[in-house]
Amino acid sequence: MIHQAPALTIATLLLSAFWIPILGMFKKESAYYIALAALFLSFASACVTLYSVLLHGTVHYHMGGWLPPWGIEFVIDYLNAGILALIALISFLTTIAAKESVKQEINRDKWPAFWSLYLLLIMSLMGMTETGDMFNMYVYLEVSSLTAYGLIAMGEDGALMASFNYLILGSVGASFYLLGVGYLYIVTGSLNMADLYRLIPGLYHSKVVFTAFAFFMVGIGIKMGLFPLHVWLPDAYTRAPSSISTLIAPTMTKVSVYVLFRIILSVFHIQFSTTIIPAAKLLLWIAAVGIIYGSIMAIAQKDIKRMLAYSSISQIGYIVLGIALANRMGLIGGALHIFSHAFAKGCLFMVAMAIVYKTGIRNIDEFKDLNKKMPFTMAAFCIAALSMVGVPPTAGFFSKWYIVLGTISGRHWTLTAVILASSLLNAIYFFRIIEKTYFSSFLGGGGHGHHEAPSVAIAEAPVTMVIPILIMAVGILAAGIFNFQIIHHLLQFIIPKGLV
Amino acid sequence: MIKRYDNLIIEFFCRIIAAPVFLFGVYIIFHGEASPGGGFQGGVILGAGYIMLAIAYGIDFTLKRLREKVILFLSCFGVFIYGGIGAACILWQGNFLDYGKLPLPLTHANAIRGIGIMGVEIGVGLTVMGVMVSIYYDLIVAGGVQPEIKGE
Amino acid sequence: MEFILSKFNYLMYIAMMMIGFYAMIAKHNLVKKVIGMNIFQAAIILFYISIGAKKGATIPILEGGEHHAISPESIQVAHYINPLPHVLMLTAIVVGVSVTGVALALIILIYRRYKTIEEDEILRRLS
Repeated sequence: MIHQAPALTIATLLLSAFWIPILGMFKKESAYYIALAALFLSFASACVTLYSVLLHGTVHYHMGGWLPPWGIEFVIDYLNAGILALIALISFLTTIAAKESVKQEINRDKWPAFWSLYLLLIMSLMGMTETGDMFNMYVYLEVSSLTAYGLIAMGEDGALMASFNYLILGSVGASFYLLGVGYLYIVTGSLNMADLYRLIPGLYHSKVVFTAFAFFMVGIGIKMGLFPLHVWLPDAYTRAPSSISTLIAPTMTKVSVYVLFRIILSVFHIQFSTTIIPAAKLLLWIAAVGIIYGSIMAIAQKDIKRMLAYSSISQIGYIVLGIALANRMGLIGGALHIFSHAFAKGCLFMVAMAIVYKTGIRNIDEFKDLNKKMPFTMAAFCIAALSMVGVPPTAGFFSKWYIVLGTISGRHWTLTAVILASSLLNAIYFFRIIEKTYFSSFLGGGGHGHHEAPSVAIAEAPVTMVIPILIMAVGILAAGIFNFQIIHHLLQFIIPKGLV
Repeated sequence: MIKRYDNLIIEFFCRIIAAPVFLFGVYIIFHGEASPGGGFQGGVILGAGYIMLAIAYGIDFTLKRLREKVILFLSCFGVFIYGGIGAACILWQGNFLDYGKLPLPLTHANAIRGIGIMGVEIGVGLTVMGVMVSIYYDLIVAGGVQPEIKGE
Repeated sequence: MEFILSKFNYLMYIAMMMIGFYAMIAKHNLVKKVIGMNIFQAAIILFYISIGAKKGATIPILEGGEHHAISPESIQVAHYINPLPHVLMLTAIVVGVSVTGVALALIILIYRRYKTIEEDEILRRLS
């Protein structure tokens, strides 16, 4: 059964997602408990897969018993395994925290459909992480996009147009990915990633391979919110139901960045992006502009979810910067930033969900005295904000540190300045919230002689929300303190041989 | 609402041609393993046959015969057939969807794979038919559950 | 002239793709955008199918049975067209149908909410 764990992560979610509508016809509340049980089984399988990769190395799982390249295989190596466990963990915690929020925001008749689509979204994200076949990746990409369109449309007032815009742009992105796969299939005759890795170096003279690479970059760029192709992201994250923002923000863009990792490192060789065509240089500058753009736009927002959405655009720029540096420190920094940003953004969106659930406040200017009403929630917010800015010992500091080391060792001094400047910009918009929350009663309430502030009762979010928030905050600190262990056991094996 | 189209010729003709259309759909599903055909194509033809009847006879007529809940159950059941065959292969020490390991009493090893493929095609055909008809119902039925859009 | 004739399928698919893309971007009506998306995806499907064709080849079905088994050595691959792009495009067609279904359902909800399906009208009512 341990050998079957990669398939079990997907099969449990697939079967449960189709039990929910049937049992939901009789009793609507059962939908949530089936979803929780299925996610727990899937999380256990993902942990078993991670453990097996740490012990034995790369895991190959052949679907249907057919050997590659004739069959589809799941390849779980050191890059995959951590991201798989990360997505399973974040989905599980989000599901625990989302129960009350879904009860408040979503119509009761739609609960079976909601939880069913939710499970299918997580299934497709895990499938995208595990697969080793290019066309299979397209199938999971489209399943994740379709379920996301449906889930985002269940949100508040402007959600329908946000979902429609995302639909049009997402279809273009996925179609470009499909075109890239088609072009590679014409010249190599194979769809398997390892097989393509073997066959592409003989084809560096052909323009078909360049075009395929360009299509991949644009297609995946739309999906992950890279700078000029990000326009669907703020509206989709803002207008979606809070529980869906909490699920999508840490996971969907990270899985698309992982696909970028795969295409640059394991399908095309890293030398293709650095020496044959100047793709890495182009990605460097696009990522740098994206970092600054995201931070500046985030400063201008008043709605907390919209601010966090623009912050996500900026952080994706960091990860792409790490990949595009194409040296050892940069790749490790980029991969570690996937983990640190997933934990931090997940914690931040969960805090936003708790605040919206308990008080209905979306505007930052009304965050006064939240530290007294919801102390644990705001404490976790502070830890996550410190991680986004990059203060030790949170995980964000270490990942940014590695990326800065990467820019220094590649002698890109402008980019070092960009990263440091954007950390300052991050500090502006996060510390602004902390100031409004914690210090407004001192500063705004009138000066000396005002010793007793009126006491505010603690009206904390329900326990099912607070526990996952605290676990995520502990995760941020753990990923920071143990980052050397993560790199030593897991991430250092993703660097291709011979990279400086 | 689509009302009943009062034309004797269309009703008569659709009633006669519906049976061969369904038969053709089932034929395509069952020929999926060895020749062009399969679950998707056959399911779409089955769904299209049913939609043709819905257009000819009016939506009330067909909704009474195949209710929305039955169609939902049909769609989910098809995925269970697919997932069930896949999971059954795991129980008999194969990988997911490794039909060769199923314990069927057939002589040639490839014939077991053929039966496995046919089972999966039937499941996929049921699901695709259910989804086609359900999309048609959702687009046409103006009544039923009104979605509550927040802020309205 | 030879350039156009020899690469006819690629030029056709590029033309269709650009028409679909133009419709997605420039038209204001939401249903026309969805139709443009369909044309775009149909162009990709036709492109894939066209790359599987071979000159003078026949359909890839082997006639066998209990009486005369087929040995793998007797099959010459160049006589049969490539069936793999056809199979891949089945999945792509289904994905296209599903996306169209979701888009049309969204358009119905948008119409119920905003009473119009012209995009500039909706943007004016949103802000």
